[in-house]
Amino acid sequence: MHRVVITGQGTINALGTNVEDTLQSMREGKCGIGPLEFRDVDRLSIRIGGQVRDYAPESHFNRQKIALYDKFTQFTLLAANEAVTQSGLSFDGELAQSSGVVLGTAGGGVNTWDDNYRAVYEEGKNRVHPFVVPKLMNNAAASHVSIEHNLKGPSFTVATACASSNHAMGQAFLFIRSGMSKVMVTGGSESMLCFGGVKAWEGLRVMSRDACRPFSANRNGMVQGEGAAVFVFEEYEHAKARGAEILAEVVGFAMSSDAADIVMPSKQGAARAIAGAIKDAGLNPEDVAYINAHGTGTAANDKTECAAVADVFGHHADKLMISSTKSMHGHLIGGTGAVELLACIMALREGVVAPTIGYEEPDPECALDVVPNVAREAVVDVAISNAFAFGGLNAVIALRRF
Amino acid sequence: MSDSVKEKIFKIIAEQAVLDVSDVGLDSTLEDLGIDSLGLVESIFAIEEAFDIQVPFNANNPTESEFDISSVASIVKAVEGLVSERA
Repeated sequence: MHRVVITGQGTINALGTNVEDTLQSMREGKCGIGPLEFRDVDRLSIRIGGQVRDYAPESHFNRQKIALYDKFTQFTLLAANEAVTQSGLSFDGELAQSSGVVLGTAGGGVNTWDDNYRAVYEEGKNRVHPFVVPKLMNNAAASHVSIEHNLKGPSFTVATACASSNHAMGQAFLFIRSGMSKVMVTGGSESMLCFGGVKAWEGLRVMSRDACRPFSANRNGMVQGEGAAVFVFEEYEHAKARGAEILAEVVGFAMSSDAADIVMPSKQGAARAIAGAIKDAGLNPEDVAYINAHGTGTAANDKTECAAVADVFGHHADKLMISSTKSMHGHLIGGTGAVELLACIMALREGVVAPTIGYEEPDPECALDVVPNVAREAVVDVAISNAFAFGGLNAVIALRRF
Repeated sequence: MSDSVKEKIFKIIAEQAVLDVSDVGLDSTLEDLGIDSLGLVESIFAIEEAFDIQVPFNANNPTESEFDISSVASIVKAVEGLVSERA
């Protein structure tokens, strides 16, 4: 069994176009959610989201690349560049062959589907751009990261809706721990903020029209976000030998399936994943100081999640902190676990716990310390990050301060 | 209570509940008929399509929505209201 550490992190999301800006927004409890801006937004009944503002692809990529990269791929490449640069790694020879990239996304190139369906159905065109397929495929981002950074080992994309990133990072962790890989670039991204993407979500009637208020009694649904976060997971001895700066250690991971309902969450399924990650890390529940919650702001998720936490942690549930940063960056669906891991690493490294903003009224069914509205200073030795997907697929990852 | 609105809603609800229209009564609740939260969202979608209306309904707080879903009769009444607003 090899130890696994994190030696690089990168992101772009509604809170910032890099890690430092994102963490600064989290420390300040800033809200990245606002009015959506894209074509036909006036035909939507949900018009808010955590959109990456003033995003200009041409300032990052040339025309040929833009023709090939959907926005979810662009976001991924920007985050991966930041992470790999920070790690100081370059992938050649044997290292390249034992290093790979595993990423999560739920929808892949949703903007590309949307634009091209519009062209053929609405505008009546009978011809589409030659790169539609390589642009929209769910593995496009993982493949372009592997091409860009010469990663020749195990590489693929995981799609488990809202748990995609956590499942992806879990695979990356297991590959290194087992000795199969030395380095894995991992995380996830999502870019569904377009007419068709939001219209589909509207149908479920679980979206809020005004704000994401996780755990608050007056919460009224989720708010979608977009962006990516990518990390460099590295075998500990390899990182140590080259004197790399270690951001945190990945110590445990567990997955479970509710095997129950396609949209309603299950307390038992969530609890099994949380308890499993702690056990996998060789820790006790009392060791956990911070949980980055799935905390979507829906009635069903938040009360089920709090009940699962109460079951797993018993009396310790009243001592730990649990916050949902979705209140600030929105729900990045397949990319959300990756952006939320940034908050876990911040808690471990800096002793700053990101808040749950928009918290207005206590809910007796969510009676935990949700770090309401203002970030908090605290010593955190172990943090876990929850993700519970539609389809009942759960994935929880545990990190330790290094 | 207009017959056409009532009839259409009975049909939609019966189809969702996999029952005969004759098994649906004005006093029935959706719960009585075995319609769960997903079935409710689907029924509301079918109602919107059938009457070309927008039903104000958020699955996060179904009981607090302006749209009263406490019984089949209340749904018929609420839809009649929305249909007359549209007219």
